[in-house]
Amino acid sequence: MAEFRMPALGADMDEGTVLEWLVKPGDQVHKGDVIAVIDTAKAAIDAESFCAGTVGQLLIGVGQTVPVGTVLATITESPAMPAAQPPPAGPAEHEEPERPPRPAAPPKRKPKRVPAGGGHPAAAISPLIRKRAHELGVDLAKLRGTGREGTVTRADVERAAAGQQAAALKPPSRAPSRVRATPRARRLAAELGVDLAGVTGTGPDGSVKEADVRRAVPAREAASAREAVQPAAAAAARSGAERALSMRQAIGRLMARSKREIPHYYVGNTVDMTKSLEWLHERNRELEVSERLVPAALLLKAAALAARQVPDVNGYWLDDQFSPAGAVHLGLVISLRGGGLLTPAIHHAADLGLAELMSQMRDLVIRARAGRLRSTELTDATITVTNLGDQGVESVFGVIYPPQVALVGFGKITERPVAVGGLIGVRPVVVTTLSADHRASDAMTGARYLAEISDLLQRPEEL
Amino acid sequence: MTPDQARHLIEEALTQVAPDADLADLPPDTELRDDLGLDSLDFLRFVEILSERTGTPIAEDDYPHLATLASAIKFLAGR
Repeated sequence: MAEFRMPALGADMDEGTVLEWLVKPGDQVHKGDVIAVIDTAKAAIDAESFCAGTVGQLLIGVGQTVPVGTVLATITESPAMPAAQPPPAGPAEHEEPERPPRPAAPPKRKPKRVPAGGGHPAAAISPLIRKRAHELGVDLAKLRGTGREGTVTRADVERAAAGQQAAALKPPSRAPSRVRATPRARRLAAELGVDLAGVTGTGPDGSVKEADVRRAVPAREAASAREAVQPAAAAAARSGAERALSMRQAIGRLMARSKREIPHYYVGNTVDMTKSLEWLHERNRELEVSERLVPAALLLKAAALAARQVPDVNGYWLDDQFSPAGAVHLGLVISLRGGGLLTPAIHHAADLGLAELMSQMRDLVIRARAGRLRSTELTDATITVTNLGDQGVESVFGVIYPPQVALVGFGKITERPVAVGGLIGVRPVVVTTLSADHRASDAMTGARYLAEISDLLQRPEEL
Repeated sequence: MTPDQARHLIEEALTQVAPDADLADLPPDTELRDDLGLDSLDFLRFVEILSERTGTPIAEDDYPHLATLASAIKFLAGR
């Protein structure tokens, strides 16, 4: 049994409203299907299913506002296709039974396996026990049954609930030693506001796994969920004025947190765009309008490739240490016409060809402005780019989106007198900047990152 | 295409690209990109729509002709 939870659509979101259910109990869903529309402070977002299966119960009604992490619906997962099943692995290598609502994973992931933990299919558990487990916020997939043939009994559920409560009530110990936890668990804990020190780890050497963090949440959220439930009349999306206000407030909270917590350092560079623009112009000459590239596509690709070359700027600062991200998911600051902004991510941007990157960028901008972003796009940027070139400023030093550690800025491409080989010529240049988290890296690293971008833009044919 | 048709087509394209912009009584010297706040993607979409509707390709070298409302009308009407 998987739980579809209120996703954290960005670090600035702590609650969301169910605007619409697009499925009903009994419906078959695939991973990636949009199953609900969630209203956040910033926009209405299409929330995707993170697994394939059959929709069980819809637990939160339309119009209700609940904290991030609250279970919205249950989904009974379908067994993975036998052909796609990886060879049997030890328990430690099993995937977590619940996939997080936020996909840190590439979309092309293999189908999920049957819940691993307890070793029994969820169907073997009686509905009553399942209901009790749900009331108590117990994850059945994690329970080891003591009943006949290992089935889960009511006593098992209640024992687990008691254990969880004890864990949740335990005051966070401020032990000097760091809590051992997986990067995913740290990230999730940061998002859900869970203190890792108060979580009982079930991983090797008691390290905290993602599922442990999730287990630590239910007790807390059950209480707040009850208070947060609002009348169904509130089902409509926010009005324009409300949206503008809540947008400003959400941006304000996140940016204040960034400036409060992140010691920013800033570096800037001026990059000669002659070669890039000539190459671009030549390429576009032969193409239909719809296939043409804009210079921003080159800038984004260079930013993504450079982030791969200089991995210290690509990732998250979590629990007092830098956790590098494997892939480069490039967050893109998109300003909305009515004011405010959204920062959806282009997944695996460093691996995309320019044409694909360009089309994804266009698509994101259109959907961001039309209010049709998908939940996966708002959750996992590893570094963010702001491109203010179209607004006519030469440079922008941005504020980092926590828990990311860097923000890249591009200004307007302008013609400037430039000394080349002892002569002054007029050339198109762009000012690139980097705001980076001094906890994760030093200005030397930032300088290397910008130098890398500059180098890449001198070889546009390789982008 | 007459200048009136061209202006109508341009306004239609702009309505799609920048739905919030106030297009009533735009002065001829309106800078389409700066005054209407079109970014490079908006502008590309604008060119795309003009190209589709007129059935003629618009080269990148022609973009300067689309800088202001007046120059764009002249450009389209002259084709």
